[in-house]
Amino acid sequence: MILSEAHELMRKNFRSFAETEFTTEIQEQLDREGGFNWDIWSKMARYGFTGCKLPVEYGGQGGDTLAYVLMNEEFSRICPVLAIYANTPNSLGGGPLLACGTPPQLEKYITPVAKGEKQIVFALTEPGAGSDAGSLTTRAVADGDYFILNGRKCFISGAPIADYAVVYARTNPDLKGSRGISMFIVDMKLPGVSCGKPESKMGISGYPTSDIVFENVRVHKGDLLGPLDKGYSVAMKTLDGGRLGVAAQSLGLAQGCLDEAVKYAKGRKQFGKPIANHQGVSFMIADMATEIAAARELIYSTAVAKDAGDKNASTMCAMSKYYASEMANRVAGKAVQIHGGYGFIKDYKVERLYRDARIMTLYEGTSQVQQIVISRSLLK
Amino acid sequence: MSYSSADINEFRDIWVFCEQRAGKLMNTDFELISEGRKLADERNARLVGILLGGKGVAGIAKELGGYGADKVIVCEDPMLDVYTTDAYTDVICDVVMEKKPEVLLIGASNIGRDLGPRVAARLHTGLTADCTHLDIDMEKYVSFLRESSTIDVDAVKFKMEDTNLKMTRPAFGGHLMATIICPRFRPCMSTVRPGVMKKAAFDQTKADACEIGQYPVRRNADRLRTRVLEVVKESKKLVDLIGADIVVAVGRGISKDVNKGIQLAEELADAFGGGVVGASRAVIDAGWMTSDHQVGQTGKTVHPRIYVALGISGAIQHKAGMQDSELIIAVDSNETSGMFEVADYGIAGDLFEVVPLMIEAVKAAKAF
Amino acid sequence: MRVYVCVKQVPDTSGKVAVNEDGTLNRASMLTIINPDDLSAMEAALELKDAARCQVTAVTMGPPPAKKMLQELIAMGADDAVLISGREFGGSDTYATSQIIAGALQHLGVGAEDVIFCGRQAIDGDTAQVGPQIAEKLDLPQVTYAGKIEKDGSVLRVRRLMEDGYMTVEVKTPCLVTCVKELNEPRYMTIKGIIECYDKPIVVLDYEALKEEPLIDPATIGLKGSPTNIFRSFTPPQKGAGQMLGGSSQEAVNELVGQLVAKHVV
Repeated sequence: MILSEAHELMRKNFRSFAETEFTTEIQEQLDREGGFNWDIWSKMARYGFTGCKLPVEYGGQGGDTLAYVLMNEEFSRICPVLAIYANTPNSLGGGPLLACGTPPQLEKYITPVAKGEKQIVFALTEPGAGSDAGSLTTRAVADGDYFILNGRKCFISGAPIADYAVVYARTNPDLKGSRGISMFIVDMKLPGVSCGKPESKMGISGYPTSDIVFENVRVHKGDLLGPLDKGYSVAMKTLDGGRLGVAAQSLGLAQGCLDEAVKYAKGRKQFGKPIANHQGVSFMIADMATEIAAARELIYSTAVAKDAGDKNASTMCAMSKYYASEMANRVAGKAVQIHGGYGFIKDYKVERLYRDARIMTLYEGTSQVQQIVISRSLLK
Repeated sequence: MSYSSADINEFRDIWVFCEQRAGKLMNTDFELISEGRKLADERNARLVGILLGGKGVAGIAKELGGYGADKVIVCEDPMLDVYTTDAYTDVICDVVMEKKPEVLLIGASNIGRDLGPRVAARLHTGLTADCTHLDIDMEKYVSFLRESSTIDVDAVKFKMEDTNLKMTRPAFGGHLMATIICPRFRPCMSTVRPGVMKKAAFDQTKADACEIGQYPVRRNADRLRTRVLEVVKESKKLVDLIGADIVVAVGRGISKDVNKGIQLAEELADAFGGGVVGASRAVIDAGWMTSDHQVGQTGKTVHPRIYVALGISGAIQHKAGMQDSELIIAVDSNETSGMFEVADYGIAGDLFEVVPLMIEAVKAAKAF
Repeated sequence: MRVYVCVKQVPDTSGKVAVNEDGTLNRASMLTIINPDDLSAMEAALELKDAARCQVTAVTMGPPPAKKMLQELIAMGADDAVLISGREFGGSDTYATSQIIAGALQHLGVGAEDVIFCGRQAIDGDTAQVGPQIAEKLDLPQVTYAGKIEKDGSVLRVRRLMEDGYMTVEVKTPCLVTCVKELNEPRYMTIKGIIECYDKPIVVLDYEALKEEPLIDPATIGLKGSPTNIFRSFTPPQKGAGQMLGGSSQEAVNELVGQLVAKHVV
């Protein structure tokens, strides 16, 4: 796809930011120690990356979906976990609020999130409700002007550093399955809210993930988000944006792997010549590049279709996430292979990219969930 | 009679602006006077220094004669004690417009680069910055081209009587060389970086014979539009690997005497003019130096002007961190060391024997 | 208060450079960037704008593609931009270039409160001449090599860097200051800045627009008007494969240092 001048300039800007600010030291420290880099976060806030696609009237930059995709891609190419920093407010964090927040809710919550002053996370998954999110058991019981929230969420990305969480809880136990679920905006500082220990993960260390436990948390009815008992269908609708974001992260990661593999293949000599001159290796590189190019076209077209209101956009988002995440894992695997033994050593970037790639087919809806979404749209 | 920089036949002699700070002449002054002497001889003209400063600055002028100046014009005034653009530009232009030198050379210090363009603009003449080579005599220029360029000199027609100053300088980050001339205006101005031209041998008799002329400064301080509040000297900051101009790196080859090896690297870096000592991964892993010195895949990537590798095997991980250095010198006892593949100059030998010799030779070359 | 920032679009000489058969630079093959010192000059101007209301205008002399660079600078925060472009201006050396830019600035108007920022030098020419020469043509005081700038009303206090320290210099507006990379960290563009930059004005000043200005004299601009000309340009002999220096250690060292001296490395 030929990008417009504005989008090319955006890409250049994102790339320059990532290449300069995401230093090797920072990348390695996050991978080793986990935690969260507040310095990079505040820089992202300063330039409006945290509000990339959020509305201008609520402190955002007013960028389109393609701008958001380019941001994820360019950041992820250098450091996938840091791409997640800017991604969350623009997708799962802000999505449900934008879908059905009232103006006072938008003012109170979106504005500080867009400006990077506060962080908001998406709390749907539970120990017993992953792909089958509709079977969640967190309960919200009406009590006058409040709801009492009880339950446990798990694998919530960003929970330990979040200010707010959009929490999905069952408000009507008489309705079966995914019906009877509502959304609440919960202040993480409310009494009864606590986070578990941050998980020790295979990859994307540097963006902490943990459980959130709710023990008799009193949430004001003004913080009910969207229609009562109908939160789940809203949730499903807002997942598109996040899926495309993960697709773009996968794309960037794969590109990063390709860049490393090409560099290594040209420099490493065996049997008297650079390994790039051996077809076993060069053909692998050709395959990697071709898959990346295909993914890129799919993802960019999907971004444009989504903003145009195309009725296939939702399916395309699922296809993009499914294809790009699986592709990134294949490409990362080949990149490690090309590095030979060095690809297994932590001094080499592909070792970390290979581990970071693994989450892409798992979070924000596993590949199998994407397959369900795609096939349903064709077979209904 | 009005001054016109286009009346080129009115201009005569080679002049050098001699910068002083706190009453001390800069080393570049001697380098430019030495170079100016050659040009004056080629042109059959006089070599004149022009020196500005506070009261008593005439006292330091004779030394310029020792390097070849026939005369030094001195402008003494309290307002010239510390450099300001306005005062120095005014006074130099006054003198130049009266005396009309054919050539004016200025050392490209931070001050020279502030002053030179301002003077050239006021005098409506050309200025070429950071020249690395100057010729008046066409034959000398042609032989310079023969040695230092890819031009087929014999296939080109040169006007051998041309006496324009041919000013050669690097362009585009040094990838291209250009020779510039200023054919229609005088004085032809050129700035030259410190350390580029060679200082001649000092001759006391010449110093004693140097003519000193006082030029009355006719300007007053009302004209000054900038005020210097303070001049602060700072001690040299720590240079880090990434910004370093010169890097001398050690590898496993120093194992037989680690401390001596590191010391030799430091001395060599100093001899070159100041640099940073780096190390290969082997040295860091062995605990001989801390990891902030590491050059390579896991360490830092450097692009110094000069990279010297001592006893480094040149594995791909190390090369990845330094192969874009401008000039690479490698010393290793093993002829098949991978460093020799990327080095511009390689010496196969014992670094403990070779490096002390290098230190002496470099020091000697710089002292001249 | 108006702040003018003089900028130049240059080839990226820090990367690999391609040279044509005849020794001239293959500019078409090289990426262009905003000259690094000029980015610092723009950042200095934007910091003044952060502190007090003013209009920041980016000014460049160049061919039409330079418009893209101006858009980037507007996305960075400049209010508007001016492109000085015309056949008559082509081939100018620093003297002629400064004359033209000074003429354009006069045309735009330099008021008593105004400041002109320039980068210290461009990475293609490396002369550091244009800033001071513009100041001379406009008869403005100059402070070069600014490592720190503070503004207090109409007085600028500048830390002028020297090789071994610095001078603190005070100057009143209107004035010209040249900036070095060490002065600041230029900001990135915001997404909103990029979206909106295409709607902000870029004025193109050609020869016709400027010819009435006293500084724009056809005899002193362009290739013909430039006091300096290129006599010859050439490439230094290509860096071939490295040399192994043989003989005894002393002989090898002597050969090495001799070559380094000849190349002006030492």
